[in-house]
This record gives sequence, C-alpha cells and structure tokens, in this order.
Amino acid sequence: MSPQPDHQWIDLLRENEDEVIAAWTAAAEASLAGRMTGSDLANDIREIYNGLLAGEGAETDIRSSVYDGLRALLNDLGRTRARQGFSPTEAATSIFALKQVVLDLLGRRGDLAAYRAFANLSIIVDDLGLYMLETYANARETVIAQQAETLLELSTPVVKLWDNIVALPLVGTLDSARTQVVMEALLQALVDTGSEHAIIDITGVPAVDTQVAQHLLKTVQAARLLGAECIVSGIRPQIAQTVVALGIEFGDIHTKANLSDAMLLAMRRSGLDIVGRS
Amino acid sequence: MERIPILRIGEMLLVSIQVDLQDHTALMLQDDLSNRIVETGAKGVLIDISALEIVDSFIGRMISTTAAVSRVLDAETVVVGMQPAVAITLVELGLTLSGVRTALDVDRGLRMLRDSVEFPVVERGVTPDDGRAD
Repeated sequence: MSPQPDHQWIDLLRENEDEVIAAWTAAAEASLAGRMTGSDLANDIREIYNGLLAGEGAETDIRSSVYDGLRALLNDLGRTRARQGFSPTEAATSIFALKQVVLDLLGRRGDLAAYRAFANLSIIVDDLGLYMLETYANARETVIAQQAETLLELSTPVVKLWDNIVALPLVGTLDSARTQVVMEALLQALVDTGSEHAIIDITGVPAVDTQVAQHLLKTVQAARLLGAECIVSGIRPQIAQTVVALGIEFGDIHTKANLSDAMLLAMRRSGLDIVGRS
Repeated sequence: MERIPILRIGEMLLVSIQVDLQDHTALMLQDDLSNRIVETGAKGVLIDISALEIVDSFIGRMISTTAAVSRVLDAETVVVGMQPAVAITLVELGLTLSGVRTALDVDRGLRMLRDSVEFPVVERGVTPDDGRAD
C-alpha cells in the first residue's frame, strides 16, 4: 500500500458507472454460463458496486467498518453460490471481472496516473474475491457436514431376523461418531423388540484395525449390560488375518464367518433348531 | 430420606429403583439389601433399573458392588432393564459390570434366576420337574 493512496479509481468508477456495471455484468454472466439470469446478476453486481463506493476510495483494507455492508453482501453471495453448486472460480470471477472492465476503460484513456489508481483498486478487488471465496468454502464445508450426518443415519438399519434375534449389517468405515450412532440404534432395537440375540455383520466393513475392534467390543459390552448377547459375523479371511496380526482379542465374543452361521447359533441359543422336511 | 423398597417374592428379592439414585440412597440400598438377604435367606436378587436414566461412575460402581455383595451372600444377582443410554455411559466409563448377570426385563430376569438357582426346599404338591413326572 503506497503512503499516499491514490483515490482516482473511485472517480473513474463514478464517471463511467453505467458502462462499468454493464461490462462487469456481461463478464460475470459469461463465466456463469447462463446458469443465472442476467437481471439477478446485474442486481448483485450493482450492490457490490455501491458497497465498494461506500468506502469513498480512502480505505484499501476491506476489514474496515466502511465496508461492513459489502462484507455482509459477499457473505451472502458466497453462501448462495456454494448452495447453487457453482465452482470457486465461477463464484470468484463475478468479483475479479471488475478488474478487466476497468483495465479496458483505462486502456482507452492511456493515462499513467490512472494506472496507479488501478493498482490500488486491484488490491481491494483481490481481497474481495478472496473474502468471498472464504465464505464460499465455509458454506461448502457446512453442506459436506450435513451430508455426512445424513449418511450416518442412513447407514444404520437394524433388521429383525427372527423372534428374539436382530441383525445389524454394517457397511462402511467405523469411526467413533458412527459407532456411537450404531450402538444407540442397536441397543434401542434390542429394548424395543425385546430381543436377546444380536448379530453384528461386518461383511461391508472394509478394514478392521484396533480402533474398529475397540468400537465393536464396546457395542458388545453395552448390549451385554442390557441382557443381550452379540455375535460378530461376516469376518473375511483377510480381516481374520489382520485381526490376529494386530493381536486384537475378541475375548469371549462369538465370531462367525458368515451371517447364516451366526443366525443358526443365535437360534440354537434361543432353543430353536432348523429341521429339514423328510 | 427416601429408601429404595426391597420386595420379597418367594425365594427372591426384587429391588426396583424408580428414582434417580443419589449417592447416599445407593449406599443405604447396599446396606438394606445385604441385611435383607441374610434375614430372608434369599437365593436370588433382581435389581430393576429400568427407570434409571442417569448414571455416573459412582452409581455404576455401586450397582457392581451391590451385585458382588449379594453374590458373596450366596444370592444370584441379575440386573434387569438397563436403558441403552445407561449401558453406553457405563461402557464409556469402563464399567462393564463383569460377573454381573443382566436381562432385558424383570420377566426374563425371573426366568433366568429360576433356571439357575437350585431351591433346596420344594413345596409339597409340586414336583421338582414341574409336574411332568410320570
């Protein structure tokens, strides 16, 4: 930032207001490839333009209070763009387009002082663009977090196999947050259905490390506290080898290679036998 | 001060905890229960904690010690009706109540005790194998 800030860019914008806004809107519209109507975009651009002029050109730091309105506007825009599924480049281009527009304007004037003024404007515009990107990224992260939560709920069905027997087919990686949801769902199902046997099928769990084993153990122990027994099934050969290699102890928890073996065991434990018709 | 009632059902004692346990109530219960087991010569104890929604490490340990005390006095103990949230809390606290038997509800707990406890005195008119004798 130069010791004597040059405010000429603000005059430049004022003198050519309509032309700047029209050219700016056109440039932004081209990058958004017709996914936003021209009038909406023109409104957004005019608001940014007004917010920018609110600083009277005296302030190059966009965190200063004269730009409060502008920052609020960009927060809003960044969030909307993220929700609408625009890419970061597309979102930022609507800001950066201003530079090209003003540069074109200056080129026609051929005036050196004006170029210095442009350099000052350039600093602000870059900051604005970055600021918007930041809110854009934040909004994106919120969306991702929401989706992760939805997935969490989707992936924990507890199914009833027989009177007294429920099964929990696990698909995907088990982390602490997920184990918590799974554990709650299973225990609630045990209480609701009055089942004494639960089968946790881990066929869909890609890898079992010490942490996953720990989570499984906790679930089994909690089920035991309720008065229900768990059987862990669906242990693939590689997983069995990893478990042994890692020295994981499943203790007195019954493990079975597949769900049908586990179901047979659970039925036998509740006093049932499957007999073929002769 | 509130006391937890201890009900006698035949050879068994039923402790039904219907309020959130305070520390001193829990201590008193342990005292009362051991006295009652000796008085009545009960062979089985059912502790129903289905109304218990909040546990801390102290109450968790109390449940575990109460069960251990009953076992020392030769009464088989079954903890019944634990809420999922309580079970999760106990596991997170590292209290797995090892050695304590558990059942989903009072009914199953009673059956469990009947199956495992040998009642030395059989009432007249009832054969030990439930009247199926030929």
